[in-house]
Amino acid sequence: MQYLQLMGFGPDGWGRDMLAATGMTVAVSIAGFFGGIVLGCLSAAAKFSRFTFLRLIAEFYTTVFRGVPDLLIIYLFYFGSSSVISTVAALFGAQGFVSAPALLIGALAIGVVSGAYQTQVFVGAVNALAKGEIEAARACGMTPFLMFRRIVLPQAVRFAIPGVGNVWQLVLKESALISVIGLVELMRQSQIGAGSTRQPFSFYLTAGALYLLITFVSGFGFRALERRAMRGVRRAA
Amino acid sequence: MLDLTFLGETFVTLIGGIPLTLQLTALSVVSGGVLAFVLALMRSSRNPFLDVPARFYIFAFRGTPLLVQIFIIYYGLSQFPALRQSVLWPFLREAYWCAAIALALNTAAYSAEVIRGGLNAVPAGQIEAARSFGMTRALAFRRIIMPLALRQMLPAYSNEIILMVKATALASTITLMEITGIAAKLISQSYRPVEVFVCAGAIYLALNFVIARIFSKLQYALTPEKREAPATASGNRIEEARHV
Repeated sequence: MQYLQLMGFGPDGWGRDMLAATGMTVAVSIAGFFGGIVLGCLSAAAKFSRFTFLRLIAEFYTTVFRGVPDLLIIYLFYFGSSSVISTVAALFGAQGFVSAPALLIGALAIGVVSGAYQTQVFVGAVNALAKGEIEAARACGMTPFLMFRRIVLPQAVRFAIPGVGNVWQLVLKESALISVIGLVELMRQSQIGAGSTRQPFSFYLTAGALYLLITFVSGFGFRALERRAMRGVRRAA
Repeated sequence: MLDLTFLGETFVTLIGGIPLTLQLTALSVVSGGVLAFVLALMRSSRNPFLDVPARFYIFAFRGTPLLVQIFIIYYGLSQFPALRQSVLWPFLREAYWCAAIALALNTAAYSAEVIRGGLNAVPAGQIEAARSFGMTRALAFRRIIMPLALRQMLPAYSNEIILMVKATALASTITLMEITGIAAKLISQSYRPVEVFVCAGAIYLALNFVIARIFSKLQYALTPEKREAPATASGNRIEEARHV
C-alpha cells in the first residue's frame, strides 16, 4: 500500500514523474537508434567500398566504438562538446563552463555507439545474400544502383531485422547511462526520487520493471516485423 | 597542439586503474560463470520448476540496464533495516563487492544462454554413441558433452568477457576508481576530454585485444581437427607453416 502510494498518481505520488521520465528514455533511445541506423548504413557501405581508405575508416570506427566502454564515450561527447561550446561562448563574452544540451549529446553518443553495432548487423545481412542473386541481377544488365535498390536492399533488410532488434535492446539499456550527464530520463528520475524519499529500492526496482516493460513490448513489435518480412521466404520443413 | 607530456602523465595515471578493472572482471566472470552453468542446466531441464525460474532470471537481467542492477544492490538494499543489521552488511556496504555482485549476476544471465547454446550444439549422435557404450549420464556429460560444448561456445564466451571488461566501467558510478573512474576525474580536472579519452580508450582496446588473442589461441589448441593437414614431404606446406 505504501509502495502504491509512492508510485501512484496522487499528490505525493511519483507516478507522473516516472512516466514522463519513461517517455524521455524512449525518446532519447529512438533518436539514438535512428541516428545509429543512418551511421550504420554509411559505415557498412564504406566497408564494402572499393577504396581502401574508406574501408579503413569504417574498420577503425567499428573497432574503437565497440571496444571502449559506452560510459567513456558519453563522457567524451559531453565534456568534449561542452568545452567547444564554452570556448565559443567565451568569444561572445560568456564566462566559465557552459554545458552542452544533455538530450542532444545523449542521443548523439548513443547513435555513434549503436551505429558501430548496426554496421556489423548490416554487413552480415548483405553477406547473407545468396551469390546467385547478385550474379543474376548483373546478368540481367542492372546498374549497380538498380541492383542495390531492387535486389540487395529488400533482402538485406529482411535478414537484418533480428540483429537490428538486438541493437534496439542495447540502445534502450544504454540510455540509462545518459543519466550521468544529467538528462532526466528514467534512471535520473529514480535517483532524484530515491534521494528525496530515501526509498532507493522502490525507485530502482520500479525503473527496472519499466525498462523490462519497454523491452518486452518492443520485442513483440520486432517479432511481428520479422514475421511480416519473412512471409515470402520458403522454410525447410 | 599535441601535448605529449600531458598524454604521458595521463597514460601513467590511468594504468593505475587496470588492476581494479581486471579484478572486477575476473571476479565477476568466474563467479558469474558458475551461476551461469547452473542456470544453463536449469534451462535445459524438462522440469518446469527449474526451467521457469531460470527463464525469468535471464529475462529480467538481460532486459534491464546494468546500471539499474548496480544501483539496486548498492543503494537499494540499504532501504531494509533488517539487511543493515545482518552479517552480510559489511560486504553490501562496500562499493567493491556490490559492483562485483551486480556484474556477476548480470554476466550469469548472458553466459547461461551461451552455455545452453553450446550444450544444444553437441550432435545427438555423439550422446547416443556415449550412452550405447554404457556410459552413465554423468560420465557421458563429463567426457563427451562438456568438452564438445566448451569448445563450441568459446567464441561467444570470449565476446561476453570482453563485454564484461567494458561493463566494469559502470563501477565508476558507485565511486570505484577503475580506468573509467580515473578518466572521468582527470577530465573534470583538466578539461581535456579528448586526450584522456584517447589514453583510456587505448588501454581498453589493448585489454580487449589481449583477451581476444588468448581465446583464439585457446580455440586453435582445442580444435586440432580444423587445422590444415600436416605438411607432406613433397609439398611446400612446410615453408608456409614456418612463416605462420
